[in-house]
Amino acid sequence: MAAHLSYGRVNLNILREAARKELREFLDKCAGSKAIVWDEYLTGPFGLIAQYSLLKEHEVEKMFTLKSGRLPSAEVKNIIFFVRPRLELMDIIAENVFREDKLHSSRDFHILFVPRRSLLCEQRLKEQGVLGSFINIDEYILDLIPYDGDLLSMEYESAFRECYLENDQTSLYHTAKGLMTLQALYGTIPQIYGKGECARHVANMMLRMKREFAGSQNQILPVFDTLLLLDRNVDLLTPLATQLTYEGLIDEIYGISNGYVKLPPEKFAQKKQGEASKDLPTEPKKLQLNSAEELYAEIRDKNFNAVGAALSKKAKIISAAFEERHNAKTVGEIKQFVSQLPHMQAARSSLANHTSIAELIKDITTSEAFFDNLTVEQEFMTGVDTDKVNIYIEDSIAQKDPLIKILRLVCMQSVCNNGLKQKVLDYYKREILQTYGYEHILTLNNLEKVGLLKPQTSSRNNYPTIRKTLKLWMEDANEQNPNDISYVYSGYAPLSIRLTQVLARPGWRSIEEVLKMLPGPHFEERQQLPAGLHKKRQQGENRTTLVFFLGGVTYAEIAALRFLSQMEDSGMEYIIATTKLINGTTWIKSLMDRPESQTP
Amino acid sequence: MAFITANWNPLGEAFYRKTELYEMCWTLRDGLRDSLVAAAPYGGPIGRNIITPPVAVLSVSVTCLSVFQWKSGPVVQLGWTVSDELLCVQEDGSVLIYDLFGSFKRHFSMGQEVVQSQVLEAKVFHSPYGTGIAIVTGSSRFTLATNIDDLKLRRLPEVPGLQGKPSCWVVLTQDRQTKVLLSNGPELYILDNTSCTAVCPPGLSPQAGSIVHMSVSFSYKYLALFTDTGHLWTGASLYLQDKLSEVDTKKTTTPKQMVWCRRPKSQQPSVVLMWDRLLMVTGDPCVLVGELDGVRIISSVYQELLQEVPLVCQDIFKIASMAPGALLLEAHREYEKSSQKADEYLREIKEQSMLGEAVRQCVEAASHEYDTSTQKSLLRAASFGKCFLTDFNPDVFVSTCRELRVLNAVRESSVGMPLTHTQFKQMTLQVLIDRLVYRQFYQLAIEICHYLKIPDYQGVSRVLKHWASCKQKDLSDESIARAVCVKVGDSPGVSYSHIAAKAYECGRTELAIKLLDFEARAGEQVPLLLKMKRSQLALSKAVESGDTDLVYTVVTYLKNEMNRGDFFMTLRNQPVALSLYRQFCKLQEQDTLKDLYNQDDDHHELANYYVTASYREKRLDTRLSLLQSAVDEYNKAKNEFAAKATEDEMRLLRFQRKLDDEKGAGLLGLSLQATMEALLALGLHKQAEQLYRDFRVPDKRYWWLKLKSLAEKEEWEELEKFSRSKKSPIGYLAFIEVCMKCNNKYEAKKYVSKVTPEQKVKAHLAISDLEGAADAAIERRNDSEMGAVLSRCTTQDGSGPVKPKRPHSVAQKECNKK
Repeated sequence: MAAHLSYGRVNLNILREAARKELREFLDKCAGSKAIVWDEYLTGPFGLIAQYSLLKEHEVEKMFTLKSGRLPSAEVKNIIFFVRPRLELMDIIAENVFREDKLHSSRDFHILFVPRRSLLCEQRLKEQGVLGSFINIDEYILDLIPYDGDLLSMEYESAFRECYLENDQTSLYHTAKGLMTLQALYGTIPQIYGKGECARHVANMMLRMKREFAGSQNQILPVFDTLLLLDRNVDLLTPLATQLTYEGLIDEIYGISNGYVKLPPEKFAQKKQGEASKDLPTEPKKLQLNSAEELYAEIRDKNFNAVGAALSKKAKIISAAFEERHNAKTVGEIKQFVSQLPHMQAARSSLANHTSIAELIKDITTSEAFFDNLTVEQEFMTGVDTDKVNIYIEDSIAQKDPLIKILRLVCMQSVCNNGLKQKVLDYYKREILQTYGYEHILTLNNLEKVGLLKPQTSSRNNYPTIRKTLKLWMEDANEQNPNDISYVYSGYAPLSIRLTQVLARPGWRSIEEVLKMLPGPHFEERQQLPAGLHKKRQQGENRTTLVFFLGGVTYAEIAALRFLSQMEDSGMEYIIATTKLINGTTWIKSLMDRPESQTP
Repeated sequence: MAFITANWNPLGEAFYRKTELYEMCWTLRDGLRDSLVAAAPYGGPIGRNIITPPVAVLSVSVTCLSVFQWKSGPVVQLGWTVSDELLCVQEDGSVLIYDLFGSFKRHFSMGQEVVQSQVLEAKVFHSPYGTGIAIVTGSSRFTLATNIDDLKLRRLPEVPGLQGKPSCWVVLTQDRQTKVLLSNGPELYILDNTSCTAVCPPGLSPQAGSIVHMSVSFSYKYLALFTDTGHLWTGASLYLQDKLSEVDTKKTTTPKQMVWCRRPKSQQPSVVLMWDRLLMVTGDPCVLVGELDGVRIISSVYQELLQEVPLVCQDIFKIASMAPGALLLEAHREYEKSSQKADEYLREIKEQSMLGEAVRQCVEAASHEYDTSTQKSLLRAASFGKCFLTDFNPDVFVSTCRELRVLNAVRESSVGMPLTHTQFKQMTLQVLIDRLVYRQFYQLAIEICHYLKIPDYQGVSRVLKHWASCKQKDLSDESIARAVCVKVGDSPGVSYSHIAAKAYECGRTELAIKLLDFEARAGEQVPLLLKMKRSQLALSKAVESGDTDLVYTVVTYLKNEMNRGDFFMTLRNQPVALSLYRQFCKLQEQDTLKDLYNQDDDHHELANYYVTASYREKRLDTRLSLLQSAVDEYNKAKNEFAAKATEDEMRLLRFQRKLDDEKGAGLLGLSLQATMEALLALGLHKQAEQLYRDFRVPDKRYWWLKLKSLAEKEEWEELEKFSRSKKSPIGYLAFIEVCMKCNNKYEAKKYVSKVTPEQKVKAHLAISDLEGAADAAIERRNDSEMGAVLSRCTTQDGSGPVKPKRPHSVAQKECNKK
């Protein structure tokens, strides 16, 4: 079920198993039948750890969503609340418990805090007078969730907003804790590099925690050689650009959430032409996307323009494999053919699915609107006319295109120009406020606070220098057979990944100047390994780096890192960790403030 | 040595042996009569509560640790916790906890109702969750607590027909659940959290009568039942399914005690010992303690261990045994006598290529022996045999030697822990060290840690921690701080907060603070600092830790402790705490938020606050006045743009209100753009025009708006008039596209002639005039435009590349500019 987690260089299944074990242990603490009341936000991340079957094995009979009012009736012995430690949720739980007591008295209550229990929340429960009603109050430390064979995510949506907008470093504390757990399972990471304020803070906390646990060093041979901590605000540009890898586009267009994507069903219905085409499914088609699916693993990180060729090649291979049956003469041969059938059938249905998805995406990428938008993005990234009001943005506002699209473009222009001229900035802002409503002044303020929008202060725009030094724009990116990471954005090489690449070779010292232009400090720390754990590297053995994106990472950036891992002469393998998988839309959305108007 | 089998008694296929552990030197007037006795397993301490005169005696095997006057009420049951504390369950349901040295630690109650109904019987049991207590009350109800350190009382369901106490009962821990098995006359019930189920042990003959005594094995796996007709039934305790044996003991008197004596992994259907049979052996009242691998018998004179002889010892020492281990032992004995027979024996073993096995047997047997000279001779034999092996892994030999040395040390009567090797392995070294520490054998514990090379944080540091906490009870401030620091230093992993907490308990706050400074973990410092009312210090420690929940905890604490002014000032000095508190207020206390911003003169945030607040407001007047406050604050913050925008917003709201009142247009809350749209849709062109001018809406946007609005309402004449009103700022291609969208090709055509030359081709294509497009393209001699026309000619679906080609985009830009 989770075999794909163990294929990679680092067996992330160990982490998943550790998490599952802990879950089982908690469930067993509450003897008898159980119902789980879910903080809705947690169901997605939990799906990556345990399916319903595991819960069922441990006598979980019912599942509800946490909401105020009375709990639904269920003939169970235990009611367990799975919640994040948030005050507003505590109030709902308190209400649930109050309403309950009058009806039944025999149900036991438990709380499981994810990822950490909180004194503040317990205090709130106490104030509400229900703390005593809980038999068990426990925490389920779930910081880093294995997402794929080389990918860990905390699924902490508001991390960027909290860190850069609200100066709330809770997510960083969880990050540091999660990294400590990781080190407990995979050995101390000897080298830590970082860039950015938050990275510095996380590294400090890690070093501090290590001191706190001094002496309890584990005797595990380190799996990771290096940890690189990167603040998202070091590279604000990349998430704003439209991702052009297959997976990136699926995320941009349909949104991947906790490894699942929901697609319009029409394309998938036609496949079963034999039977009833009369009842078209109206439910969106839900597909799980991860490297367990062979074909998907192969094409997910390709530039979308190379996907068609890959799919048709695959189609030929599969139909050739099916043709084999005519060649099978002896009983032995037929038997062998039959034994391969399930695998082949799975491959065929996977091919059918992805062909449909690719068609859906193609309809969009070939549209004029997509093309125009991309053109403008690429102009900004190459530094064409970034200092004046852009006509396309102006028109898009006039056409009332979605606000987030506008914000993505305006922010991109601001980032690529190291701030906009006051006049230009005010013009955009006024246009947005007049067209989409004055309430968005709060969102605009937020964007300015995190640095996505800003007035030009210094006369010098340092973006071109950064672009040239780090080779952020490659004029002829090869989409079919890439030789550089710039293929993921058809020309633009993500800044964050360039930093990672340079760190591996030739080292950051070569780009001191550029690093100084980017926000936040850059640093290097070493963690002492216990004697005897120093790795004796074999000839040609790759080093492993864990790259942690504080504030989110996009699928295209992941694709770029995977590309670097696969490059023959890179000598480096990358494992990726992040607070949340993001794209420009979800990212901007997390920064928006929408006061709900009471006026009718 | 020759008599090693002398005290072996055969039973069935196994042998049993009794080893004398210690000679007891307690002074007893009446033996063990008239007293409650409890001894902890794993060679644990023994506690006695003598009824007359009321004294409690705690002792470890030989040495008496403490004797003290019993002043509380009558005790029903004694027991030991896993951490060597004595539990005394009293009749009124209160449970008192004493440490090994007889000092009172704490107490708790088994529930209010017990005070009335009284505890009839109680049992102390151990489970994976810790030490638990089960009681049965005068109202025949059972109450359970599975872990006394995390006390949660569970009242079990009623047992049908039970009056008073049951004839016998035991506590079982299985399936991660704790249950009670009880008998009431002939009936047998299993009682768990939810239900009471009647059960019937399979194969128990009906004439066996009612069950009067029962016992469960150390591992909770096996169960023995004794009936009033003298039948003894044994079987697996899990659901009572498998019967092991049934014996008619021909004794009808109830045994006083019945305990399992069983070696782990024993093949033999295990044996039950009964009080009355033993009585015959010793002739003296005594107490049985079930152990993992045997039974400890405590009488007034001796302490003995009765156990099944481990197989490997049987193999070696059985008379005339030919097991390789036995031969090796013999060979070594001959070797020491310098006899050539040694070689013969060795050859014999080697011929069977069993030498490795022989060494292994000797090592293992040595670990099971209690007598040191036997241990020695076995180990020497093993070492002798080892010399003849080339690739023997010495680890087991070495570790056994080490462990035996430790075991022998703790078995010394001055320490008095009669642990067997099997027990030691089960309870782990960690626990052994802990227990030595509870008994204050610090020196021995540290020596063991060093000897076995245990990592500091698991070994020495823990011992030091206990030592330091204990030290405080009897020395002055200064000398303690010095003593602790010298000894503990910065051994990794010592919990200074633990030591400090103890100091605080003893009322030594200053010392506690001094000690806390050494603590590396902030999470540990903060709660104690709060307890000691050092809240400022607690806050900075919490911030240092990065744990935001900890910061929140201190902040809420401070909020309740301090007056508002001081509280805000404190926060001001801790920016991290301040921003966290702001977050809290945003969700919970909007008004406080305002005060916070006010205090900090943060005009910008204050303005944002007013804006947010204005949207929560239903009444327009209030809303406007909030917005006015926002304008003022934006001005103070020197954010001209925001101030102007907010003023615009107010102006728009007033305008909308006015029109709503006059025409019922339903505009309030719409954006400016949407308002103009609505006005145009309603045909209120003049008002739309007014907004366009008042708010300085860019021409382009207004033109788009008007163009679309007219097309939608299909006012084509108006549209044409509008197009001629002045030169269109958005070009004329837009007109064509909008008309086409409304499916009006006729109108669209009107504008084709007006478009710029660059857009000609596109314009023709838009109205599907391929010929015109081709002509225009040829005229302009533009390749890519030709291509576009061509592609439209061949196929209807124009699939272009994702990546835009540079020249094209530049061309397009130029079009746009013109």
